Amino acid sequence: MGLFNYWAVIALMMIGFYTVIARNNLIKTMIGLGIFQVSVFMLYISMGKVADGTAPIRVQSEVGATVYSNPVPHVLILTAIVVGVATTALGLALIIRIRETYGSIEEDEILEMDQQS
Amino acid sequence: MNWQQLPILQVILPLLAAPCCLLLRRSRWAWGFASLVGCLAFLIAAKQLHVIHNSPAGAISYQLGDWVAPFGIEYRLDRLSGLVLVVVTAIAAVALSVSRRLLKGEVPEERHHLFFAIFLLCLTGLSGIVSTGDLFNVFVFLEIASLSSYVLISMGRDRRALLAAFQYLVMGTIGSTFLLIGIGLAYMMTGTLNMADLAERLTMTLGSVYGEGASLENPALPVNQTRTILAAFGFLTVGLALKLALFPLHAWLPNAYATAPTVVSTFLAGTSTKVAYYVLLRIIFTIFGLTFAFQQVGLQYLLTPLAVTAILVASAIAAYQADLRRLLAYSSVAQIGYLVLGLSFATHAGVTAGIVHLFNHALMKSGLFLVVGCIATRQSGLTLESIRGLGRRMPLTMAAFVVGGLGLIGVPMTSGFVSKWLLVSAALEHDRWLVAVLVLVGSLLAIVYVWRVIEAAYFQSPDETGSDEVGEAPVGLLLAAWVLLGATLVLGVYTDLTVGLAREAATTLLGGGS
Repeated sequence: MGLFNYWAVIALMMIGFYTVIARNNLIKTMIGLGIFQVSVFMLYISMGKVADGTAPIRVQSEVGATVYSNPVPHVLILTAIVVGVATTALGLALIIRIRETYGSIEEDEILEMDQQS
Repeated sequence: MNWQQLPILQVILPLLAAPCCLLLRRSRWAWGFASLVGCLAFLIAAKQLHVIHNSPAGAISYQLGDWVAPFGIEYRLDRLSGLVLVVVTAIAAVALSVSRRLLKGEVPEERHHLFFAIFLLCLTGLSGIVSTGDLFNVFVFLEIASLSSYVLISMGRDRRALLAAFQYLVMGTIGSTFLLIGIGLAYMMTGTLNMADLAERLTMTLGSVYGEGASLENPALPVNQTRTILAAFGFLTVGLALKLALFPLHAWLPNAYATAPTVVSTFLAGTSTKVAYYVLLRIIFTIFGLTFAFQQVGLQYLLTPLAVTAILVASAIAAYQADLRRLLAYSSVAQIGYLVLGLSFATHAGVTAGIVHLFNHALMKSGLFLVVGCIATRQSGLTLESIRGLGRRMPLTMAAFVVGGLGLIGVPMTSGFVSKWLLVSAALEHDRWLVAVLVLVGSLLAIVYVWRVIEAAYFQSPDETGSDEVGEAPVGLLLAAWVLLGATLVLGVYTDLTVGLAREAATTLLGGGS
């Protein structure tokens, strides 16, 4: 395995970032943003893993595990996931309003309409 | 009395008040309640600054839920955070108390209670960022503040506000995700999120952080020399530069400020970028430390050119703007250049200048946006053409604009002069003549854009005679604008208050970080 997770994180991050920059369609921009954020979730979840560690639950048994994975990054990323959901919801709500007002969700068309008015 | 619970009260009061606004529903009640909360928040911040100032350590610490610091979340306020909190809450209190009048004609009345609720959430986020001593908490509060400001901006009556809010959302989310990556990488190497603890562990060696049992290639390497920490620092700086609207990452700011409801631009212009600057100061000086940021990474070689470019380019762009609010927004980008320039000197004098300018610019720019709000209550046009001859029809309003404009230029007797004076002398302290000259060139460019407004308002006659009946703005609004801009005049003469506090704050920052 090695650093496979981290390579995946970087790949996802770049795919998302490129989509945000390169796409004109507002929905596609939101999708890119979502992928970008998910890559960070993966980064946090991967860093919490301790080699040979089990789930951080205390079990009452004689052969109780001694090495646990670090639960803190997972807790942190739960918060960030909620934030990500809120951002996506707000972004999509704005797109709906934009579509109602302009009748388009292509950024260049909208800018063109604003220049004409 | 026992003032120990103040730090949490500062954050929790607007947070709890926000849903109450939703329940009140009526515009007038929600407004009254929100203004009351804004004023209370200001009183709490003022009392906190007083307590901080009198405490021997120059800081107060609050353990959330009584969990001891590195394990639980700690709120930690020193002189710098106390000062920034006072600025943020003061502007929030002023903006809230005049907001009902400004919202008329901009936001439909049945949505006012929603507006106030979100405004208070934004205040919660901003106060939280400044209060907390936990790095992940900064991210959470930053997102609360950002998400609510996207909503506030999208409420503008101009349809372009929607796209401006969307673009801000995309840029802002990229910025805060960068921040999140940076925090994650720093946590990965140190295993802590508490700022003070983080600062300590960053200077320790890998061997002592990970303990005896860990198999390390090079246990004697200090943590802050690892590539992961370098990457973390890079992500944090770039993310904050986006939030701060540091040139060339400022693209979201002019559209957002120019299309938001006027009360929102008044509030955000004075607070959101300032708070981002505060976080940048914290991260550079308190957490990573002077030696790391400036000697090892060489941040000054990046920040100084960018800050100077921001001053020159944004001032020049401002001089070409036809829309008043867009002009002020580009001027904000230029003023952020001054802030960052002070920081990039990495000296006591430079940081002091930055903090003083944070304070002064927040008051000036909020005051100026409020003046624009005053004009907007009397006429719909906010372009240089439509304000022709306004100096005669709204003499007090335009006089307030002139005061603020002189402050932006940095004319003596205004607070803008104080901060520019400190900045230029900080530059000359190390013989940075070129930078000092460029700062002065920036002031000349500020004369150009301020003059264009003054010329239109005082020396050009209005086109149509029909709009002559336009009178002064409502008294309450005018009073609020004069309170903010009058304060800049007072602080331009009595400099001890701001400069003294800023000096002490800079001492705490530089002393604790290096």
